[in-house]
Amino acid sequence: MTDIPSTTHAGKVDAARIAFAPMSARRLLVLGGIGLILLGMLLGDIFAVFVLHQNAAKVGESLSAAAHAAVAGNANAVAASFQSVGSFLENRGTKVDTHVHMIAFGYLALLLAILQPWVALREGTRKKLAGIFLFGAWLLPVGVFLIHYVGLAYSPLAAIGWASIFADFGGALVIVATLGYLLGMGRHLRERQHAVVEDGLLEDRSTAGRTLLAGGLALVLLGFLHGAYYAGADLYRHEALDYSLLWEMTVTAAAKNVQAVDKALGEYGRLGGEKAVNIAAHAHAIELGVLAMLLAFFQPYVRLRDAWKRRWAWVLLIGSLALPVFVLLELKLGLLAGGIADVGGLLVIIALLAMWIGIFRYTGEIDAVAAVQAAGGRG
Amino acid sequence: MSAARRLLIVGGIGLALLGMIYGVWYAVFAEHQELDGMSGSLTAGFRAAADRNAGAAQSALQQYREVKYAYDRHVDVHGHWIGLAMILMVLGIGLDRVGFSEQTKMLLSSGLVLGSFLFPLGVLLQTIRHGPAPQVAAVAGSALVIATLAGMTLGLALPQRND
Repeated sequence: MTDIPSTTHAGKVDAARIAFAPMSARRLLVLGGIGLILLGMLLGDIFAVFVLHQNAAKVGESLSAAAHAAVAGNANAVAASFQSVGSFLENRGTKVDTHVHMIAFGYLALLLAILQPWVALREGTRKKLAGIFLFGAWLLPVGVFLIHYVGLAYSPLAAIGWASIFADFGGALVIVATLGYLLGMGRHLRERQHAVVEDGLLEDRSTAGRTLLAGGLALVLLGFLHGAYYAGADLYRHEALDYSLLWEMTVTAAAKNVQAVDKALGEYGRLGGEKAVNIAAHAHAIELGVLAMLLAFFQPYVRLRDAWKRRWAWVLLIGSLALPVFVLLELKLGLLAGGIADVGGLLVIIALLAMWIGIFRYTGEIDAVAAVQAAGGRG
Repeated sequence: MSAARRLLIVGGIGLALLGMIYGVWYAVFAEHQELDGMSGSLTAGFRAAADRNAGAAQSALQQYREVKYAYDRHVDVHGHWIGLAMILMVLGIGLDRVGFSEQTKMLLSSGLVLGSFLFPLGVLLQTIRHGPAPQVAAVAGSALVIATLAGMTLGLALPQRND
């Protein structure tokens, strides 16, 4: 499955090897970034199947319990039910945040990897910044994940626990590293006659790269169009409905009208579902579109046959389109659409994994060539 | 580096930093307070219903509505600034592959950078000022983003001038 690159242009091969040398900033950011995205997606799937739906059901049950406690005139039971709602929401929110931040930091790592030739800093500094970035990018989601479990135990602050403090510290490290790279780019741009950047990643015009770039941008556009439609047609209606249904629950609970309370609770649940699928479809179309565009630039590092690179590019794009479209159709088609959306997500993960393996093959190949050259030089 | 590419990449990094700094500020100084405010007012509303006090219930739910309105927008601003920053940078890197003249690319890039800054800013301003101006800013920003993204997509589909 391997295409051995032509070695006629030794300079280009050497440049590629230097740009992607072992433990170089670019290699750390590429492999670390794709690793973050893969794990973030896998966690997203695991949370979706085993945590989020069950959690949403528990939130609904607790809200129902609060409304029925209000019907019974039991204010203490109302407070207890809402405490449960808060706990379930925090559990859900931290898991979603873990998933989202891992993927977003993975994207940023890939971006910074592409931008390395424009960062006018010593390789040692760039490597340190990559290390700081990746440490922060792992620390933040791990900290966020632990917020629900650690709570305020041994915390020096009244409202923020240790897990939150470490998560914020991770975020600060990411900012510091990004700022460092920004300074390096600023220095490159300020240089009167800055060297023309020659980078194999930017010169690539392969079919797989073009397909990913154009397909990814089309997905981003679709996501924005859907978001604009949702904001214009449904957002304010949903916000008004959210308030009016809660108001209806309290009024009918005060009037001890159990039937009307249950009706409002049912409508509130449907509203929650409608909001969730719209936001998820919008966000996933854009995120997966950006991922496809980012991966377009790394195709020269994917050591697979061109035909396989094209196939994986299409698998990634088909999965990226299926996921948001069928998430949106979940309200109409139910579990069937949910299942197809999960298959879409799985296709994206498989294609991403295939590309990651291709990049590992490339690293092995250039490291082997470097080792042979070094041995020849010594001989 | 062409001027359009520089604008997209530098603008994107600046926007990403803005989004992240805003996110850290929000997480430390606003998020917990807003979450507590929402849960507190919702609980108070239902407790008032249990006590058959309709006036207090309405007042608590109105407070919940206002805090939730701000919370949703604060989270959206953070996500959209960073998301749009990513798109700016990626497009900046791949701008050579857009088959338009440098002038058209500069026009599209300027519109995209402006829209990407303006759209979340308009959403953020909605939490400070209730009036048409923030909404107009958000709508104009998002329209700019969509129009320029459509232009870039078309440019990627066209045969490239420098190929």
